[in-house]
Amino acid sequence: MGRSRAPDALIPAMTEALCVKNLSHSWGAKRALDEVTFTLPRGSFCALLGQNGAGKSTLISVLTGLIRPPRGAVHVAGHDMARAPTAALGKIGVVFQQPTLDLDLSVQANLRYFAALHGIPRRIADDRIVEALGRLGMAERGHERLRSLNGGHRRRMEIARALLHRPDLLILDEPTVGLDAGTRAAITEHVHALTKTGLSVLWATHLSDEIRPDDAVILLDKGRIRADGEARTLSGLEDIPVWFKRVTGGSLCPA
Amino acid sequence: MSGLSHLARASRAILWRELMRFLLQRERFLAALVRPLVWLFVFASGFRAALGLSIIPPYQTYISYETYILPGLCGMILLFSGMQSSLSLVHERENGAMRLMLTAPLPRWFLLMAKLAASALVGILQVFVFLAIAYTYGIKLKISGYALALPALILAALMLGALGLFLSASVRRLENFAGVMNFVIFPMFFCSSALYPIWKMQESSPLLAQICRLNPFTHAVELVRFALYGQSSLPALLWCLGSFGVFFALAIRGYEPAQTRVPAKG
Repeated sequence: MGRSRAPDALIPAMTEALCVKNLSHSWGAKRALDEVTFTLPRGSFCALLGQNGAGKSTLISVLTGLIRPPRGAVHVAGHDMARAPTAALGKIGVVFQQPTLDLDLSVQANLRYFAALHGIPRRIADDRIVEALGRLGMAERGHERLRSLNGGHRRRMEIARALLHRPDLLILDEPTVGLDAGTRAAITEHVHALTKTGLSVLWATHLSDEIRPDDAVILLDKGRIRADGEARTLSGLEDIPVWFKRVTGGSLCPA
Repeated sequence: MSGLSHLARASRAILWRELMRFLLQRERFLAALVRPLVWLFVFASGFRAALGLSIIPPYQTYISYETYILPGLCGMILLFSGMQSSLSLVHERENGAMRLMLTAPLPRWFLLMAKLAASALVGILQVFVFLAIAYTYGIKLKISGYALALPALILAALMLGALGLFLSASVRRLENFAGVMNFVIFPMFFCSSALYPIWKMQESSPLLAQICRLNPFTHAVELVRFALYGQSSLPALLWCLGSFGVFFALAIRGYEPAQTRVPAKG
């Protein structure tokens, strides 16, 4: 499946969307990340699995440059997050767990704000916004206030927004939290389909039904990578929640 | 796409967003205006009889108490506005909007500066609405004074905004911030030359007068006071520039990735 623990002499190749090496970080005395190393090839869907407190959010904060770890390196599409953060950040789209939308501004205004932060010229941004809203079936809702959209539409819009600058890597931190089952399934399906365009996806979750047998899985437990491989290979004949419980001793929500 | 046009686009967007958010929150706009107007119309009316003002620079004649506190109230608007912007920053840190901005591919100091400029713009807008109301009430200055006050107001707003930004970087939770408002806004406002000249304070307490002299807010108020009369005060200018530099440097340090404490949930 092409994704494996990085060898020591790893040189981040352009074929890898994400390369993480020996990442460690502590919150006070608590070790949040401990020698985390993995790579993510282009066009792959990788589920970052772990219970609450396993280190998922810390890892995402490091990958998006919000915190700088004392040890380790992160390369996004070949760009070093420590040495060239702006180049690296330009290749990442992020969907945070908590909504980051201005509810009183229009859908279009929210998207334009993000596009401007990424330096996309207005005309190109407007074209992409029309295209993105069209794909979401929301072409006529661009002028509506964000507040009038339901949770599912808001989330889809955040995903569309994270793709406006055409990143190589899309990072989502438990993006389906608080959504109903049907919307969850649709969004999971939608993001899986995005990988066909060559986009790489890192999808943090603690819900097993969001993982497909051929997805890559990184299992984070107490800040360490406990397993790294294809979902069906890792879990074997077991269901993923059963496998998860056996490996970590904790439980995973089946849905 | 060139780097400069990216910076221009991003700063325009950040300014625009701050302005829209402010204009859409009518209560905030109203509260921001009512506060100094109550001081001007009510407090000043009651207080002027108790306070005898002598002629001190930049004034060349006896002035009404309302005229004296006008620059102080401009400073008050900027102080509240700067702190309110930081309050929204603390809120945005918690709800994630700040993360969205900080993950934009731009230097962090630039993003913080743009955010600061945006909050200064909102503050200055309030000051001019306030000055217009005061004008119709009869507290009139030369038109050129209003124009010359603009650069002073910009510097004062940036300095007080940078203080707020620094505080928002240091205060991790929203509840703590309410305390900071009490411990920062009121002491800064009252230990300054906003409501009474420092020589008056000197008569009752030399120590407090000394504190007033060291308070950057005093210098922000004096900078605006002199500018409104077409004069410049070099000490006030240097104090404001220096304080701005220190507060902004501390704010950048507070928002550095290594320093940032993003609450870890999972």
